[in-house]
Amino acid sequence: MAEGETRRMPPPRGQNFRGVPKQKVKKGTVTRLLRAITQGNWLRLMVVAVCIIVTAAASVAASLFLKTLINDYILPLVKQQTADYRPLFWALCKMAAIYLAGVAAVYLQNRTMAVVAQGVLKKIRNEMFAHMQTLPIKYFDTHTHGDVMSHYTNDADTLRQMISQTVPQTLSSFVTVVAVFVSMVATSWHLTIFVVLFIAFMFFVTGKVAGQSGKYFVKQQSALGDVNGYIEEMMNGQKVVKVFCREDRVKEAFDKKNDALCENTTQANRFANNLGPINNNLGHLQYVLVAILGGLMATRGIGGLNLGAVAAFMQLSRSFVMPINQFSQQLNAVVMALAGAERIFDLMDAAPESDDGYVTLVNAKTENGALTETDEHTGHWAWKHPHGDGTVTYTPLMGEVRLFDVDFAYVEGKTVLHDISLYAEPGQKVAFVGATGAGKTTITNLINRFYDIADGKIRYDGININKIKKNDLRRSLGIVLQDVNLFTGTVKENIRYGNLDATDEQIIDAAKKANAHGFISRLPQGYDTMLTSNGANLSQGQRQLISIARAAVADPPVMILDEATSSIDTRTEALVQKGMDALMKGRTVFVIAHRLSTVQNADVIMVLDHGRIIERGTHDQLIAQGGTYAKLYQGAFELE
Amino acid sequence: MIRRLSQCIREYKLSSILTPLFVSLEVVMEVLIPYYMGRLLDYGVTVGDMQSIFKTGGLLVVFCVLSLTFGVLSGKNAATASAGFARNVRHDMFHNVQAFSFSNIDRFSVASLVTRLTTDVTNLQNAYQMIIRIAVRSPLMLIFSLIMAFRVNHRLSLIFLCVLPFLAAGLAFIVSHAHPIFERVFRTYDVLNRVVSENLHGIRVVKAFVREAHEKEKFNTVSESIFRDFVSAEKLLALNAPLMQFSSYATMLLLSWFGAHLIVQSGNVPEAGMTTGSLVSLIAYSMQILGTLMMLSMIFVMLTMSKASAQRICEVLEEDSDLHNPARPVFAVKDGSVSFDGVSFSYAGDAENPCLRDATFTIESGQTVGILGATGAGKSTLVQLIPRLYDATAGTVCVGGVNVRDYDLDTLRSAVAMVLQKNVLFSGTIKENLRWGNEEATDEELVEACRLAQADEFIRTFPDGYDTHIEQGGTNVSGGQKQRLCIARALLKKPKILILDDSTSAVDTKTDALIRRAFRQAIPDTTRIIIAQRVSSVEHADKILVLEDGRIDAIGTHEELLETCEIYKEVYASQTKGGAR
Repeated sequence: MAEGETRRMPPPRGQNFRGVPKQKVKKGTVTRLLRAITQGNWLRLMVVAVCIIVTAAASVAASLFLKTLINDYILPLVKQQTADYRPLFWALCKMAAIYLAGVAAVYLQNRTMAVVAQGVLKKIRNEMFAHMQTLPIKYFDTHTHGDVMSHYTNDADTLRQMISQTVPQTLSSFVTVVAVFVSMVATSWHLTIFVVLFIAFMFFVTGKVAGQSGKYFVKQQSALGDVNGYIEEMMNGQKVVKVFCREDRVKEAFDKKNDALCENTTQANRFANNLGPINNNLGHLQYVLVAILGGLMATRGIGGLNLGAVAAFMQLSRSFVMPINQFSQQLNAVVMALAGAERIFDLMDAAPESDDGYVTLVNAKTENGALTETDEHTGHWAWKHPHGDGTVTYTPLMGEVRLFDVDFAYVEGKTVLHDISLYAEPGQKVAFVGATGAGKTTITNLINRFYDIADGKIRYDGININKIKKNDLRRSLGIVLQDVNLFTGTVKENIRYGNLDATDEQIIDAAKKANAHGFISRLPQGYDTMLTSNGANLSQGQRQLISIARAAVADPPVMILDEATSSIDTRTEALVQKGMDALMKGRTVFVIAHRLSTVQNADVIMVLDHGRIIERGTHDQLIAQGGTYAKLYQGAFELE
Repeated sequence: MIRRLSQCIREYKLSSILTPLFVSLEVVMEVLIPYYMGRLLDYGVTVGDMQSIFKTGGLLVVFCVLSLTFGVLSGKNAATASAGFARNVRHDMFHNVQAFSFSNIDRFSVASLVTRLTTDVTNLQNAYQMIIRIAVRSPLMLIFSLIMAFRVNHRLSLIFLCVLPFLAAGLAFIVSHAHPIFERVFRTYDVLNRVVSENLHGIRVVKAFVREAHEKEKFNTVSESIFRDFVSAEKLLALNAPLMQFSSYATMLLLSWFGAHLIVQSGNVPEAGMTTGSLVSLIAYSMQILGTLMMLSMIFVMLTMSKASAQRICEVLEEDSDLHNPARPVFAVKDGSVSFDGVSFSYAGDAENPCLRDATFTIESGQTVGILGATGAGKSTLVQLIPRLYDATAGTVCVGGVNVRDYDLDTLRSAVAMVLQKNVLFSGTIKENLRWGNEEATDEELVEACRLAQADEFIRTFPDGYDTHIEQGGTNVSGGQKQRLCIARALLKKPKILILDDSTSAVDTKTDALIRRAFRQAIPDTTRIIIAQRVSSVEHADKILVLEDGRIDAIGTHEELLETCEIYKEVYASQTKGGAR
């Protein structure tokens, strides 16, 4: 099943996959959202505003017309000897014109609002993604993929609902309510007072019921989270369930949770379902009461009311209640959408990676013995280092990396690296060995500045890496990770990811170097074979070979191989190893490995333990020392 | 599809029937109310008859109370019916998944099963509630309102018959044209989600290769196409409201014009025909009639959207397990001997690529057997046939001298403990996890099993010992610890055959050796089948199977294989040359 299917249907509103929706909305979210909506849309929103007024005016005119129709046209007509329908005809024509304007306004309003809503969403979406690209790795460590994904799905969806539906509806409700209210007062202020009192009563009742319903909705949410969590866990462990014949026990536990969910859902929906009939019938009751009251007043001549006025007022009172009801039912959607907007804004507010670097990587050529900058692709690179006094120096890119007494903590107070010092000469192969959590990957993360450390402790070709622009620093470093990440697209596109300007020949060369050309040629469409869901149609070894080819086409002077072969069996590894050996030639390489066989021929091996380098030397030196490395080598020690 | 789903209604049939019934009664009330409103005006207000006003008004209040009662009852039943229906659907799906064989599970991915059981069920629940409430309400409202309108004045009501088809055709046009666009939007949404998800998973790659700009471009392209599709779909839907308003305004104007004529003819006397009160009623009905049509078109859109969910749910409900208990099952496993006779296996849908070809070998009860081979050589496939997690495509697999297809599945699987390669611990304490192997196990037995699996020592270093809480998926223990807990869990089954599918890969060689020694001493009669990457894990086995591309390349002891088997020699050489690991 395709991965995309997972999120095909956005979950129903008000029901996040897990947990209870956050109810409190931060201050400023509303104004910020409004700013996002209005920005660049002023003209369109003006059009919408005009349309809303026209629409509301037309609908008020429609309710008022009944009174005019009966009192000013029909009743006089009845009294006439020979009925003259001409005045009525012209009045209807006039109304038709007003109605047509209303209809046109509604259409224009909906159309414009669609563009506004979708435009705002696109803008928010794009900004969110663009900002996400600038976030430091730390952000991705501390937020689950599911949570981040839901900003693009659930949160964006609630926002779409709100901008395209709730906002214009609320606006038009508001205009209608005001216009209708004025007309009601004009028709009969006595009856208006009654209607206002009645609506206050309605609000009171609605609030009571909604409160009950809300209480159960919270319970329902947590029951739903419970059931969904259980489903997720059991589906993941389904094969284990089968192996242990635990089907019956699992069913039993599930049924219990499922029943609890059913109970809470029933209660929550029961109260929610009551809202409609209650509001409707209170509306009806109000209608009847107005009729009785109005009738009494008309027959007794109180307040100067007549039959037509009562009929019109009844229409008006309905037009008054309906938008108010609609709005109160939308309130929940508004709260949900604001919570979603807040989460989106949180992502957008997350601090981006800081980058104060000013040393850049440029193409270079040697002219008259001096290094100069050039636009040509010379295959030679240099660090361009502007100085405070306006001069610029060029340092050739060699791939020399030095660390001086580096300490590092992901979380303050929990130091994971202590006093790490090392020198990697250009072309050297440096290996890190140690248990999980010893700090091997952390060191490489510091070199490519996925995480930042105090100034001046890491130097690249003699330059403090904090002075190097991050993007340029990373371009000079190639990386192959244990978990291969390929992207949906052809094999060729995936390799080209390493160097967007690479020609097809360069791609094939890189693949050959990585020992990947052979199997790629045997794929159904060769280099144009589509890879889906992270290359599920390839074996693990093949995926790793493609990721090595990807690093090869980037042709960086420094390579980091982080456990690149540890999840591959030893025979496949031999194949991958050949590709890696070719790739490592002539580069500074940092190798992290679980299997000692991969690191034996390194120029220097660092044995790490709890963030400290406890041994360093060549393979032979370390074996001779008879320390941890030697024990590891003899298999008498645990690496976890 | 509908038939299968309707089987899930069961005990909620009554509520499911009562709901539309109460809805119908509610509708009757709501239709009667405007009719009496007209009478109130005609016979009460116009003639100034206070008695009539109170009588008709009182009647109306009664109608309101009845309408409210029916509404509350229908709402309550609808809630019960839909929540209950969802409960049953979820129940049926979950129970059916429990009956799935491994090959059934493979057919659906875990992620897709989770979505089907969660989001899709919720979608269906909402759709069901909508069907029994609103889908009944709207057509009924339409019919009743039309009847009432005709009763008030049949000549004027002909106007509705002219306007309705026009509105219906318009709405149908909009829906039918917007729907395909929405389908496309949903597909594009999948692409958008995929781009985000791949970006998240590969964020280190993105940053390492400085491809942020490239990723943004990729995202913006998809985002732009969603924007364009959505806008074009919504521009179509934007026609909905104006069409509706146009129809209702047109109806009002026509009613006013012709109504005026009729009133003049009757002289506004109820007995003679049309009155101003009738006109007010008719206009109220016109709103109801046209409104219901609008609702119907909305319901139609929402139902077609939930159709996809219903389909995916049915796929799970209708999936039959392809492993069945035999008619007269054997309920006892004699011993731990295993034999394969000409066994081949290919995963469903991949018949041309068998993962296992013509495997023939025997294992005597109590033997230790090692299986070695490259990734994809068919090692896991081979052992999964023993507890009949899959059925062999050809040939026979026997356990204790009996074909595995003749055993009762639970009996067979209780006798064969298997530690899967991709193993899972569940949220709960260590004790609870271990008891999956044997619910009645005493604390002493748990400790004993953990000692054998070399897990006791590290469990005791945890502050809560055996009561330590394991997070979902076992994320709070290391890989090696998890593997040892899984082995202990399997040992508690006291099986006749124990299969370890690469279960000590994250355990160091020394502990690995200790586990094997403990097995030799404590459970010598149990047949042990060990899949491993390391030669050291299997070199002391009674028998070693070397697999290559789904075939058994060689069978023999360590010494024999070193003499005869090229692959074995190669693997051994690569591992010893590079150290023991």
